Amino acid sequence: MSTVVHLSGPGRPGPELKDLLAGVARGDQDAFSRLYDTVAGPVLGLVRRVLRDPAQSEEVTQEVLLEVWRTAARYQAERGEVMAWVLTIAHRRAVDRVRSVQAAADRDQRAAAASHAPAFDRVAEQVEGRLEREQVRRCMRMLTELQREALTLAYYRGYTYPQVAEVLGAPLGTVKTRMRDGLIRLRDCLGVGA
Amino acid sequence: MSAADLHTLTGAYAAHALDPAESAEFERHLAGCPACVQEVAEFAATLARLGAAQAVLPPPALKAQVMAALPTLRQEAPRTAPAPGRPRGRLARGWARLALAVCLASAVGAGGVAVQQHQQAERARARAAALQQQQDRFVGLLTAPDARTATGTGVGGVGAGTVVWSSSRGQAGFLAAGLPTPAAGTTYELWFDDAGTMRPAGLLSTGDGVLLLTGTPDGAGGVGVTVEPAGGSAHPTTAPLMLLPFT
Repeated sequence: MSTVVHLSGPGRPGPELKDLLAGVARGDQDAFSRLYDTVAGPVLGLVRRVLRDPAQSEEVTQEVLLEVWRTAARYQAERGEVMAWVLTIAHRRAVDRVRSVQAAADRDQRAAAASHAPAFDRVAEQVEGRLEREQVRRCMRMLTELQREALTLAYYRGYTYPQVAEVLGAPLGTVKTRMRDGLIRLRDCLGVGA
Repeated sequence: MSAADLHTLTGAYAAHALDPAESAEFERHLAGCPACVQEVAEFAATLARLGAAQAVLPPPALKAQVMAALPTLRQEAPRTAPAPGRPRGRLARGWARLALAVCLASAVGAGGVAVQQHQQAERARARAAALQQQQDRFVGLLTAPDARTATGTGVGGVGAGTVVWSSSRGQAGFLAAGLPTPAAGTTYELWFDDAGTMRPAGLLSTGDGVLLLTGTPDGAGGVGVTVEPAGGSAHPTTAPLMLLPFT
């Protein structure tokens, strides 16, 4: 496939994305189109990982991108990179959807129907950025099992930390601190600076 | 929860793993904890890397849908210093909206009856569905946090018209209650008042009912109502029956 999906983490596209977002804030649809090309793949991938259901994932992705259009002027550069801002919106919306009871019922119903769809990972393998993916995997492997599981359940499945504690059979306080410790380790491994 | 306990919530907060009450408590803590703000920003950036590692190719149709929706959405202005709170005003507006919703329900009910009496059942059903859709969207507009209203009376004090607008939704609606039914071959036409230039905003063929206005209230100073030949006009051809300023 020739389409390029940018997997560069927050920080790499740097000022370019910030410039595009500034254009978006002024109502520039061309700037939005270019921003879309960079962020839509990561947004859809993350939302799908959380929701699983392809139709709901596209719906939420659409909501996320329209929220980016609507609220571009609210972005504060000192709070972090554009990609992190967009993916924070995406994660919050995906998690909100997961926690809505109605959506859960729909999702279960459609899960069977979707089970023959091509695996997301295979689709993902066709795109650029395997190195980035490898780096994330490598850093995840450096966490303790409890840290990794707690973060995976919370971030990729949208569990609340009491739900994580329940699933892992660990005390609330432990889960809370392991999530933070795990993130500190990941942050340092990935070389993230705010 | 102690400050130290709260500080350890940075990770769960960044991963959206707190319930709404805890999240709100943590945000109050954040306001006075620059170190926490820094840590949350770093964690958000870290988690974004985990998110970006999941990237897939989006279907091309998705982009077309998103791009097509852009012109219908009003963009928010940059955040500035918070305005002083006006709890009394908000409460009053809330009550006004509640009263309006009640009034709306009865107005649409009356419109439905009139339609049933004058049209074939099939057309009446279609019209009722369209009315219902207008009503639903109108009620949706009333629930916008920044929805505001202005009401005026019809000529000679007969009936009333109410305009509802929301800047965040970029939308306005008009509710007619007890206005005279327009004479045969005429219709009510709604206009956005762009500093004296009237921009067509939709037609209403009854004196009771709701209309979601076409176009954005953004930039307009108010809404006007005139009577026009059926099918509407590009510019007002009669004196306005009503002018409702956005104040």
